[in-house]
Amino acid sequence: MVSFKDLPEEELFLAGSTACQGCPSSLALRMAFKALGKDTILLVVASCTSVLQGSYPLSAINLPLMNVAFATGGASASGVSAAVKALVKRGELAEEPNVLVWAGDGGTYDIGIQSLSGAAERETDFIYVCYNNEMYSNTGTQRSGATPLGAWTTTTPGGKAQHRKDIAQIMIAHRIPYVATVSLAYPLDFYQKMLKAKEIRGTKYIEMLAPCPPGWKFPSAQMIAVSRMAVQSGMWLLYEHEDGETRFTAATKRILEGKVKKRPVKDYLEIQGRFRQILSSPEGQQAEDMLEKEVSESIRRLQGWVPEYI
Amino acid sequence: MSREKEEVGYMTSMSRPVKGCAGDTGEWRVFRPVKNDDKCNRCLLCWVYCPEACLTKEALEIDYQYCKGCGICAVECPTGAIEMVKEEKR
Ligand SMILES: Cc1ncc(C[n+]2csc(CCOP(=O)(O)OP(=O)(O)O)c2C)c(N)n1
Ligand code: SF4
Ligand code: SF4
Ligand code: SF4
Ligand SMILES: [Mg+2]
Repeated sequence: MVSFKDLPEEELFLAGSTACQGCPSSLALRMAFKALGKDTILLVVASCTSVLQGSYPLSAINLPLMNVAFATGGASASGVSAAVKALVKRGELAEEPNVLVWAGDGGTYDIGIQSLSGAAERETDFIYVCYNNEMYSNTGTQRSGATPLGAWTTTTPGGKAQHRKDIAQIMIAHRIPYVATVSLAYPLDFYQKMLKAKEIRGTKYIEMLAPCPPGWKFPSAQMIAVSRMAVQSGMWLLYEHEDGETRFTAATKRILEGKVKKRPVKDYLEIQGRFRQILSSPEGQQAEDMLEKEVSESIRRLQGWVPEYI
Repeated sequence: MSREKEEVGYMTSMSRPVKGCAGDTGEWRVFRPVKNDDKCNRCLLCWVYCPEACLTKEALEIDYQYCKGCGICAVECPTGAIEMVKEEKR
């Protein structure tokens, strides 16, 4: 069992960055770097992370880093991964570094999906991390394909009318060797999944829920508490998918084993300002019910549920 | 052109890693985390959860030059060893 004592002391994410107070992406970068180490090439897709890394000519990230265009996470990784393998073959590099793509939900669910899908189908050897703050936060909080039903954004002023899509399932359908979801409130689960991804060859997709204090409208001090409640309420499910099998992990596993009780989705909605509009409207109860149904359907799908009408 | 490349190397805009690339971000703080070592059980949670890498792992010392005062360490500390104290006007 890994414990906090085993986490490397060295910080590759340097203090004094341009991130907001309590930014989930900066904490996630810090933890991911602890697992992957210095021998890593980072490709940042246009997002908040393009900004929070600092501005030219200074950087908060002590790794080789390339900023790439919004739609090109998968394509850029394909190029870098091929280049790295060629350099090793020619003897110009002793070992292959990790190739890590860091992209937001906009850059993954919406604009980057074709590029990511192509790279996965070509079995490109890289780790793709989507930090999902369920909106386009860098450009001022617009809705994305990851925004949950009922959530306020500037482009869904009364709350989003549609469900979010389940992109981790889309990645599983690519038959890649590793897909995992992680949460900042369960750092050892996160760390171990990153260590695993590092050892596996081929495309690895890891997605983290990234509660963003200014975008979701809660105090920065609550960032971990909101992350935890997302898992406890089932709105964020922790699992890994390997060799054709899905295994639930951490608190999600404990809930599904009946060891702890799942919290109502309402407990999660109420601790964030972005659901205030919908909760105080006549449709509030309906949205809550629809989200509870979404959670149980996602769990059943992950458990290999087949609808009765088949 | 090729001579120039030999003299200068490849030219591209490149940033260098430094602490404090956004300046002394400790100036953003409204509340300051103050740790009471008598209450601390060294569980390391504050070190793990700090988004800004502002605590040292061994001494668990807070780097006030860069700590943004987000308050996560105080909320997550299981023993209540960290208190958020209002900063004096600077
Ligand atoms: C082709 C293109 N369209 C639009 C933009 C502007 N843009 C930069 S970041 C961003 C939002 C990214 O959202 P997301 O991927 O969710 O990351 P977040 O900002 O939430 O971290 C947009 C629209 C761009 N850089 N390139
Ligand atoms: S808006 Fe949210 S994701 Fe973007 S830097 Fe701020 S806290 Fe991080
Ligand atoms: S979280 Fe609290 S008890 Fe744990 S190491 Fe930090 S100050 Fe000490
Ligand atoms: S207040 Fe925030 S930035 Fe400062 S030490 Fe605590 S967790 Fe880190
Ligand atoms: Mg986003």
